[in-house]
Amino acid sequence: MSHPSTYNPSTGFEKWLDKRLPIVRMGADFMDFPTPNNLNYWWTFGGILTVCLVVQILTGVILAMHYTPHTDMAFASVEHIMRDVNYGWLMRYVHANGASMFFIAVYIHMFRGIYYGSYKAPREVVWMLGVVIYLLMMATAFMGYVLPWGQMSYWGATVITNLFSAIPLVGEDIRTLLWGGFSVDNPTLNRFFSLHYLLPFAIFGVVMLHIWGFHTSGNNNPSGIEIKDVKKDTVPFHPYYTVKDGFAIVVFLILFAAFVFFNPNALGHADNYIEANPLSTPASIVPEWYYLPFYAILRAITFDIGPISSKLGGVIAMFGSILILFVLPWLDTSKVRSMRYRPVARMWFFLFVISCIALGYLGGKPAEGTYVMFAQIFTAYYFGFFLIILPLLGIMETPKPLPRSISESVLKKTGSSAPSGSQPAPAE
Amino acid sequence: MILRTLLISTIVGLAAISSANAAGGKAEKLEHQHWHFAGPFGTFDKDALQRGFQVYETVCSSCHGLEMLSFRNLGQKGGPFYLASCPAGVAEGVDCSNPNDNPVVKAIAANYKFQITDGPDDTGDMFQRPAVPSDPFPNPFANDAIARLANNNALPPDLSLMAKARHGGPDYIYSLLVGYRDTPSTVDVAPGQYYNPYFHGDMSQALKPEYIDEEGHAREGIEVPLGGVLAMAPPLQDGMIEYADGSPQTVEQYSKDVSEFLMWAAEPKMEARKSLGIMTLVYLVILAFLLYWSNRKNWSNLKK
Repeated sequence: MSHPSTYNPSTGFEKWLDKRLPIVRMGADFMDFPTPNNLNYWWTFGGILTVCLVVQILTGVILAMHYTPHTDMAFASVEHIMRDVNYGWLMRYVHANGASMFFIAVYIHMFRGIYYGSYKAPREVVWMLGVVIYLLMMATAFMGYVLPWGQMSYWGATVITNLFSAIPLVGEDIRTLLWGGFSVDNPTLNRFFSLHYLLPFAIFGVVMLHIWGFHTSGNNNPSGIEIKDVKKDTVPFHPYYTVKDGFAIVVFLILFAAFVFFNPNALGHADNYIEANPLSTPASIVPEWYYLPFYAILRAITFDIGPISSKLGGVIAMFGSILILFVLPWLDTSKVRSMRYRPVARMWFFLFVISCIALGYLGGKPAEGTYVMFAQIFTAYYFGFFLIILPLLGIMETPKPLPRSISESVLKKTGSSAPSGSQPAPAE
Repeated sequence: MILRTLLISTIVGLAAISSANAAGGKAEKLEHQHWHFAGPFGTFDKDALQRGFQVYETVCSSCHGLEMLSFRNLGQKGGPFYLASCPAGVAEGVDCSNPNDNPVVKAIAANYKFQITDGPDDTGDMFQRPAVPSDPFPNPFANDAIARLANNNALPPDLSLMAKARHGGPDYIYSLLVGYRDTPSTVDVAPGQYYNPYFHGDMSQALKPEYIDEEGHAREGIEVPLGGVLAMAPPLQDGMIEYADGSPQTVEQYSKDVSEFLMWAAEPKMEARKSLGIMTLVYLVILAFLLYWSNRKNWSNLKK
């Protein structure tokens, strides 16, 4: 929700500047932004993600000063960073673990969005921009993982780029374009490095749009009810949420630091400390953990569907599992945003979280035996949740009575005498 | 509460899937050692690093390179031969904490079993010279082709990162080195190949014909031995290296020392990393408490 500006330029210079470039006003309005007073800690992950992006860009820029994007030298240049660059080991371990932290935070952020219905009107565009950011993150992280030119870098790049060849008619050409040749080789490494440096700035731009979006619609909140009375329902962003987010960010950084300083290789794969060798395929090619659910979906399609080969089917299912998020705002037919008041939907949601985790586990296992069967079951549930359960539930379920306002939901929760007579009402 | 139920049911479920698929273990479980560098406060045992380097230099370096390291690394802070101050007999004004001036490192480089190929000189020829601390460790073989030729067509891997490039790291190196066993009677192993239960391989391919059924599987009651075969003969024997500090001269001790040395070689900044980590955590925890109380104060002021 846009709000009237409360900024008063006090000095002569501020008055002068405010007429020409109201940048101080923008910052002041940002700090004053009326924010629902009932946001819980699940809402701190937006701030955490911003910190992750900034950390990745800063460490990445420094790493790029010392890295050589050439197949003969990339692996050694990373070791040069680890051994001879001052605090190079710190930059690299922060950057490598930072990617994992980024994905931990983004998955929590997305689950939060689904649980509290943050994608529903009028926040569809905010949600879709978020999905764009997530897609860009996946592409950036994938290309970043190729840069150290270890065995997993090389073979991961080979497996993933080969997926594109499954696309009918243009697939082979797309693959050649990605490779810059006829296999993963030096041109591939060069273009991946270039794009890996470019995309984070694209992400930064879309993040600005994402923030602009919810500064227009206003934040969603755990009750899912729109702000009725700015005085009763909101607090200024600063200091209430700057400090609360700050606390959450520092707690998150403690987890981050625990990995960086005490177990920096726990989330990586040992094979990536072996230099890439096109002549020797690793026993198992496993992507980074944050891709595993999608890898499981890809490999769950083991059967041809009419003219669609199992390979193409897997690729469609994998990309479909992400693209389906774009239309989520229209698949969920319920008028009630928050699953706090949708006990049935909440159960299905937790089952959805379980199936995502299970898919992640199965993605790291060999595609054989019962693993495939379980991957197929959870893949079916993944799509069923979006395509069957959410559309039907909105029509069939009976939500719990909604509080009239945010302030009422807060009072009720803390056990104070709430005004009686609350009744089911659709969120607007 | 819901979260906990969710977590427990997920773990139980995944465990069930996992046990349903328990494929026979391919290699023996690693022998876990108590490492001096384990844990958040762990540091390298300097004596073990020195002995480990001795094992590498005497035995491993005949076939395995250490190409990511230079001699100077041995004398850097945290390295096996780091000197905070110069020993007696070094000229006045020399800073022995500088690895390039470290007398021990200089001697190791100058006396190393391989020399450095340098050049071209003024007449256009390459020439051999003794190493200096700034030189990288010379490889035992001029190229991969000659390395294969000398090793029964197997390429001895570089050891710079070995302690991070295998699951289990130093435990794996230790287990492999002490783990050589007599070849089980059910398998045939080609000459120049050696059986080791810790090496990843597939021994079902090596079963003698009389133990294989028509479909190529092991006959009933025949167990496929764990592990695999590799081209490296058992490299260590009791007493083959003389330790100056009186440590036991056994295969176990050699293996443990060289594993610790290779862990250092793979992660030479580990001590700096952990000590910076402790300070970072202390700082972050204090900051977290300050922010937590500030946050509470903010919101309690609001309620009044």
